Amino acid sequence: MSFQPVKFYQTGTFTVGNRLLPPEERSVQAQAKRYNSINSGHRACQGCGEALGARYAIDAAMEAVDGQLICANATGCLEVFSTPYPETSWQVPWIHSLFGNTAAVATGIAAALKVKKQQGEPRNIRVVAQGGDGGTTDIGFGCLSGMFERNDDVLYICYDNGGYMNTGIQRSSATPPAARTATTMAVGAEPGNVFGQGKFVPAIAMAHEIPYVATATVADLRDLEAKVRRAMEIRGARYIHILVPCPLGWGTASNETIRIARLAKETGMFPVFEAEHGEVKSVLAIRHPLPVEEYLKPQKRYAHLFGKTPQVEVIARLQELADRNIRKYGLLDGGER
Amino acid sequence: MLKQMEGSRAVAEAVALCRPEVICAYPISPQTHIVEALGEFVKDGSLAPCEFINVESEFAAMSVAIGSSAAGARTYTATASQGLLFMAEAVYNASGLGLPIVMTVANRAIGAPINIWNDHTDALSQRDSGWLQIFAETNQEALDLHIQGFRLAEELSLPIMVCMDGFILTHAYERVDMPTQEQVDAYLPKYEPRQVLDPAEPVSIGAMVGPEAFMEVRYLAHAKQMEALKLIPAYAAEFKSVFGRDSGGLVHTYKADDAETMVVAMGSVLGTIKDTVDEMRAAGHKIGVLGITLFRPFPIAQVRAALQGAQRVVVLEKSLAVGLGGILATNVRMALSALPIDVYTVVAGIGGRPITMRSLHGLFRRAEQDDIDAVTFLDLNRAVVDKQLDRERAKRRSGPAAEAMLRDVGVVAAKLA
Repeated sequence: MSFQPVKFYQTGTFTVGNRLLPPEERSVQAQAKRYNSINSGHRACQGCGEALGARYAIDAAMEAVDGQLICANATGCLEVFSTPYPETSWQVPWIHSLFGNTAAVATGIAAALKVKKQQGEPRNIRVVAQGGDGGTTDIGFGCLSGMFERNDDVLYICYDNGGYMNTGIQRSSATPPAARTATTMAVGAEPGNVFGQGKFVPAIAMAHEIPYVATATVADLRDLEAKVRRAMEIRGARYIHILVPCPLGWGTASNETIRIARLAKETGMFPVFEAEHGEVKSVLAIRHPLPVEEYLKPQKRYAHLFGKTPQVEVIARLQELADRNIRKYGLLDGGER
Repeated sequence: MLKQMEGSRAVAEAVALCRPEVICAYPISPQTHIVEALGEFVKDGSLAPCEFINVESEFAAMSVAIGSSAAGARTYTATASQGLLFMAEAVYNASGLGLPIVMTVANRAIGAPINIWNDHTDALSQRDSGWLQIFAETNQEALDLHIQGFRLAEELSLPIMVCMDGFILTHAYERVDMPTQEQVDAYLPKYEPRQVLDPAEPVSIGAMVGPEAFMEVRYLAHAKQMEALKLIPAYAAEFKSVFGRDSGGLVHTYKADDAETMVVAMGSVLGTIKDTVDEMRAAGHKIGVLGITLFRPFPIAQVRAALQGAQRVVVLEKSLAVGLGGILATNVRMALSALPIDVYTVVAGIGGRPITMRSLHGLFRRAEQDDIDAVTFLDLNRAVVDKQLDRERAKRRSGPAAEAMLRDVGVVAAKLA
């Protein structure tokens, strides 16, 4: 029987049964011999977006480099929940040094590997650095920018859950406007995080004109895998910024993580795209445009916007931010430009 | 081979002979010439294979060093002063992880007020960081201690700071005996890490350790530092057999026999002190010197043995423990506990103030009469301090102190004219 390409017309999901796909398109996680780089038994919360993102990202990277990978990890949830002494979830060589130096530690590893290669090391061992948004966009930003501008051979992955969740849900520079955290309380004239602050590090990474920058969410794990694979094909500084909902910090049900991540993307609150050398090359189009309320309402961190007197003006400002993302990245037309 | 060269260049050439594989560099005076020279060796290919990385901060410098050392590369960096403080978190991390990084500290004062000149407050601020700390007296010793430093650090899996006085040594042109590559290769074996990030044998490094084992992990670091007290004399002896000269060790005494007064110091000022002691000995004074080469681990037994015959000990140190007095003196006192010996703390030369033989003659003679304060500030211009204190009493908003005191001192260059 000749090969019959399968067409899918499912709506509202990118989830396609692995068995229906040709092997090369199947998820790494679908393989019986998947790497399990971050093994079961770790202490992440139920529904942790970061654990899910890290599992897919690191396994995809392992697959891409045939298991020849070293990971550097910032202090944070991922570090704490994966290495409760004397146990470790990591099936890859893994180092945690400090909160704010992970990109630099990875640079050091890459430098050592380059020298070992010159000394005759036959393997092509690669490096991935990873951290949360606090370790990446705040305290680790100096080292990250240094690694970018030197174009060191490191893939840095940021798992962005919009705050310092490990220390008890404090604001970071990745916390979105209006969101409640322990340090942007839902009280006063303008409850929650202030508008006009914060930074979108993927755009700053692009400004360094590094070879590859991408964003992703844990809603589109196949897309995430593809981006990690693409990143590992490239030498030099690469950055992938993954939106990972945090049930604890966002006040969402633990079985809602993937749906919330999808809503972030479908509402335009979080643009999903790829860029090379500072230019956007592709975007993941919004399939079913939705108002931002759909994304905000299920999250307790925005509950103060929806009480007896809904904060329509604040919601409208958030809608403006989403609309701006949609315009800027061409999210409705798939980035046709 | 005998050469006339700058201290920084001599250290750079010695480090290059140790075949470092990763060097990270961030400019801060007075260490900059060292990494500049090493960068040149890497760029012209004479030091290869080696990665020379221009980082964006000292914090990154130490962090890159942590990564490269954990990946199995022999790693070197250099810093001073504010740079050492800026990397402090990573300094503790490197030793906690047991990574044998070698770092030159070109000793320099810490601000504010900002000051680029030599004293020991930078290195001594990191005395509890878990790094071995060794102080060079001369450029020859600085050069030699780097070669011994790699050996020692890698044997113990502990990082080492090789401390040399900023400008006084780093920028001084002196004669040094530069070893050959064959000699260094014979002395320094290839780096075999105890732990390495390797996909063939995946390990997790840097996991969280709770109360159930933290004490034991930290005690191990202490125990390994104690081991250095035995290793260092052995390595210094072996060094002598390969290179033909004494260098390093724990402590060195000078004219200490029958000395009633012993002067204790670290670093290049020992030369001035010895010259002063020579003259005083010639005049019949019973005075001797104890030079401390190894500051961490602190060689308590050796210091005690060297000083226990004296009536009084003058610890002349280029550092100040504000609110206490001395750092080195406090350590010396611990070595002399329960002995009936007066220990004087003399804070001298901080911020680069010259320590002259004339001042030392006066100081040591007064000390012999027990006519100095328990904590003495050598050549302190008390009038300038009093004037500022008066100003502060007279007016609440008296303004920034350092600037006012600088005005009172006047322009030094104008005075010279």
